[in-house]
Amino acid sequence: MKKKKSIPEASFNLFDLLSVEIVFLIIDFLNDDPLDKKSFSLVCKSFYSIESRHRKTLKPLRFEHLTKILIRYPFISHLDLSLCPRISDSSLGVISDYCKEMLSSINLSRSKFFSHVGLSNLLVNCRNLVEIDLSNATDLKDLAAASIAEAKNLEKLWLVRCKSITDIGIGCIAVGCRKLKLLSLKWCFGVGDLGVGLISVKCKEIRSLDLSYLPITTKCLLQVLELQHLKDLVLEGCFGIDDDSLTALKHGCTSLETLDMSSCQNISHVGLSSLTSAAGCLRQLSLSYGSRVDLALGNSLQKLSMLQSIKLDGCQVTSSGLKAIGNWCVSLTEVSLSKCSGVTDEGLSSLVTKCVELRKLDVTCCRTITYASVAHITNSCTSLTSLRMESCTTVSSEAFVLIGQRCQFLEELDLTENNIDDEGLKSISRCSRLANLKLGICPNITDKGLIHIGIYCSKLKELDLYRSAGITDSSILAIARGCTVIETINIAYCKNITDHSLVSLSKCSKLNTLESRGCPLITSSGLTAVAMGCKKLTKLDIKNCQHIDDTGMIPLAHFSHNLRQINLSYTSVTDVGLLSLASVSCLQSMTVLHLEGLTPSGLAAALLACGGLTRVKLQSSFRLFLPPPIIEHLESRGCVFQWRDKVFQVSLNTVDGSTQSGFGCLSYSYKI
Amino acid sequence: MDPEDKICEDTWIKSSSSHESCEPPNNQHLTSFDSLQQKMDGSSSFLDYGTTFDEQFPGFNQPSVAHKINDKNPVLGKHDNQMSEAQPSNKVEDWDPRATLNNLSFLEKKIHQLRDMVHWIVGQREQVMDQRDQLLVHQQQLITTNLTSIIVQMISTAGSLLPSVKHTVSYSSAINSLGHFGGVQNSSGIFPNIGIPNVNNVNKVDTSNQTDLTGFCGAEQNCSVEDHELKSDDDADEGENLPPGSYEILQLEKEEILAPHTHFCTICGKGFKRDANLRMHMRGHGDKYKTPAALAKPSKESTSESMLIKRYSCPYVGCKRNKDHKKFQPLKTILCVKNHYKRTHCDKTYTCSRCNAKKFSVLADLKTHEKHCGRDKWLCSCGTTFSRKDKLFGHISLFQGHTPAIPVDGPSDAGQSSEAPKVGQMDFNFKSSAPSGSAFQNATDVKFSGDDATSTSPLNFDTSVSGFNEFPRPPFEDVGSSFSFLLSDAYGYPPKNGRYSNSNDVE
Repeated sequence: MKKKKSIPEASFNLFDLLSVEIVFLIIDFLNDDPLDKKSFSLVCKSFYSIESRHRKTLKPLRFEHLTKILIRYPFISHLDLSLCPRISDSSLGVISDYCKEMLSSINLSRSKFFSHVGLSNLLVNCRNLVEIDLSNATDLKDLAAASIAEAKNLEKLWLVRCKSITDIGIGCIAVGCRKLKLLSLKWCFGVGDLGVGLISVKCKEIRSLDLSYLPITTKCLLQVLELQHLKDLVLEGCFGIDDDSLTALKHGCTSLETLDMSSCQNISHVGLSSLTSAAGCLRQLSLSYGSRVDLALGNSLQKLSMLQSIKLDGCQVTSSGLKAIGNWCVSLTEVSLSKCSGVTDEGLSSLVTKCVELRKLDVTCCRTITYASVAHITNSCTSLTSLRMESCTTVSSEAFVLIGQRCQFLEELDLTENNIDDEGLKSISRCSRLANLKLGICPNITDKGLIHIGIYCSKLKELDLYRSAGITDSSILAIARGCTVIETINIAYCKNITDHSLVSLSKCSKLNTLESRGCPLITSSGLTAVAMGCKKLTKLDIKNCQHIDDTGMIPLAHFSHNLRQINLSYTSVTDVGLLSLASVSCLQSMTVLHLEGLTPSGLAAALLACGGLTRVKLQSSFRLFLPPPIIEHLESRGCVFQWRDKVFQVSLNTVDGSTQSGFGCLSYSYKI
Repeated sequence: MDPEDKICEDTWIKSSSSHESCEPPNNQHLTSFDSLQQKMDGSSSFLDYGTTFDEQFPGFNQPSVAHKINDKNPVLGKHDNQMSEAQPSNKVEDWDPRATLNNLSFLEKKIHQLRDMVHWIVGQREQVMDQRDQLLVHQQQLITTNLTSIIVQMISTAGSLLPSVKHTVSYSSAINSLGHFGGVQNSSGIFPNIGIPNVNNVNKVDTSNQTDLTGFCGAEQNCSVEDHELKSDDDADEGENLPPGSYEILQLEKEEILAPHTHFCTICGKGFKRDANLRMHMRGHGDKYKTPAALAKPSKESTSESMLIKRYSCPYVGCKRNKDHKKFQPLKTILCVKNHYKRTHCDKTYTCSRCNAKKFSVLADLKTHEKHCGRDKWLCSCGTTFSRKDKLFGHISLFQGHTPAIPVDGPSDAGQSSEAPKVGQMDFNFKSSAPSGSAFQNATDVKFSGDDATSTSPLNFDTSVSGFNEFPRPPFEDVGSSFSFLLSDAYGYPPKNGRYSNSNDVE
């Protein structure tokens, strides 16, 4: 950033000589950090105008400034409004007036308050729209769908959870949007066989189709599978589809590459084999939460030699089934057996010894596998990049040494709730590419092991130390020094952590998520250090840090302009701190439970001041004390209230259920 | 039964005239003329009947007499029964040697019969010398008739022996043979007949008389069967693949097709849609029209399927249904002709009062539409409405550019607003027509039978009911509109009738 600044300062005239296209090319390289472009534009007037003309994508935070932003950036083609909960018809009118034919993509998935009128206006004016995300627009009805049908050039359309749209609306879209390539109808419960059938009759270009949880049957599935270009099909939770229907698929879809049939309990190996015999070039298959994975099911995959990824999460598996999968699908690179029951050392070993290409393995909650499995995994799958083995409690600590010795390409390692000890950590520190390490609820690790990680895993971006109570400030110091690119750290319930850790973490400028719940020794001064050092902080959870008070909030409001989400429950913050937080214009989500010093009027003032709030979690007793007009006003701004009725808890600072009392259980009353 | 089948008498005149006699004529002529039959059945005053009959159709009393005698002479009846049994062998559809053989044996049998009869007459003469003159006269008449008929039959059969003669057999012979057959069958029919619902026989009785009459009436009227709006879809016969020439093509003129009335009073010229109405009207022209026989509804009958199939041609030149069209597809019945012509070549004059969009040329179509109009909530952008969603989607997937239309404010409102007038219509509809049509017609029957001392009508009704049941289907379709209508009405026989029978009564 600084470098860029220095160049124009040094040779401003040279930049004047450059054509706009070349400057555009230079700006193209400024995409690591959105703030870089902001700095660039602030250099001078000409840079400002160049940057405004260069920008193609926009993700505005507050809809109030929409007009201004759109005037400033006339060449916006991708508009992401997912941070604006309130988009009314007039806002859409503004967008359609300013963007006109430039706009090719718009995301309204988190927005409400617009109707088919605004949508129609938008689609009539912005004729070149190619992508629309209208997910979660539960109020949109068929009329809206009919106006979507006006967008003749539409290629991608998401209608996730548009529950009020029926077959008729989908029929309009099918007839109008002939160029559709991607369509997601997940949770559109009003759409059935007829609508989907018409889609597959009219929209021959479809590549990707998500039909999850639709009340569809075989009837339309047969039509869907006749689509020539279909590559990606999601049939999650389609209970209407069963074996009988799939056996009819003699000449099914040959272009299919990804198939998701999670939660389709009515499909057994019979249907699967007829499906897979047709779809020979299938790359990814998900059978999560489906029928039993036994020998027959394994054998039904025998024609899928191209299969690269298989997900069997939550299935009941047998050793013979896993063995058969290993035999037939030798090119597997990703296997997910998360929460499967019946995964044994024998089954897993026979699978992994065949799949030497394996990159990703998920054996979360396979509670019967032991050292032997890990030995086989590490022996044959040396190129593993991701290993998730949360809660494999029967794996002994020696196994983790093997991981570090043999799988040095690991980038992601989830060892939550395992028996790993310092020796294991020391070995794992050899995985220099490690970016994501989860060591939550690992009571056997201490600073000794973690310091090795801090020294050798310099690429670590995410570290989870949740309830790993053996950790102290020295490990965090090592991490903060060694892993300078760290972005997310969770030190929740590491009760020995003090302000020193936060001070050392304040050197990590990329940190955006800090979770330090239940660290009783943390105070406002530590938080102040983090706020001043970590400018990119967006998520902060300081629940149950009783020593944090208003003096911590004021610097936070001052420096952390990017803060989006904060949890202040059970802290000592009062009205003053909360009000000062309101100056953080990005703040969207706030959890404020059991703040002793909070009054209803202070809360109301803070809520009114935080213009961008979309979610507030409050004690339900405040519902009575907050004036209803304020609640209505906030809701009309797009804020959602979540009322919680929790009794004031004894602060839990526990590992394995043993309770350490923090504050006494006092009678808690609000001042009116 | 249906008063409308009366018209058939006209029909059959024409058809008989155009048909060769080698086809067992009784098939064609088993049409309704039950007024006569009824008299026969309740022959309490046979002579009276005879006289009236004679008055109307002088010269045609012989078969009747034959009945009478037959009645008393079971022996002869048996003979004749045999004859009628042999009769099927008489059917010659296409010439083949076997048929010739049959004919020959038939002739042989006839000759035997003739001889037997003469023997019997000789015997009778001796036994009943002292009987009343009247009876003798009757006997004589009977014998003469029988002889005549047998001779005629022999001639006609002999004629049919030559294949080439088939289509040129003289008209008179046909008539005569008809007469004969009638007599023959009566003999078997009459005595189980009275009061017993032996339906077939009754029918045969009808036939005989009627055919006789037919013969004498001459064929001055054209085949103008009208008034039957039974909407047998004129496109529904695609399954039929009759080789050209295997059927006879009739073509009605446009005026005939569109004529509102088909029954005209011969005295004052007033036109009626229904023969029953004409008969009621005729009462005003004198007492002779008030007799039960004159008022009773002619019943109809059909027999075996031996007649040549008739098909109809649309008079509109260039129409696929026109006989000159390359890919000519004939229409099955006269009713088909009427509906086809109206739908295809006439203006659509009936507009739906509810939607003001749909127009029809056949009233029945309008009625059908009105039943559904407004209730079709599945709407296409092209304006077509569907009562079922899957039909709409089928339509949309078939046509380019059509898209489902979203009702602006829910069709229910519109429906309710126009509900009131509709109700009245529906009521009307229901009363005047419909499945109840048959009931209605029965009612007319009963009315007639009230005049009829002999209470033949109930019997007659029975006839229609069970009699038709026993007949195979093809003849009815061939026989033409009136019959098929009747049937359908009474039995729900073709699928469409329930729906369309309404219009018959309404129009």
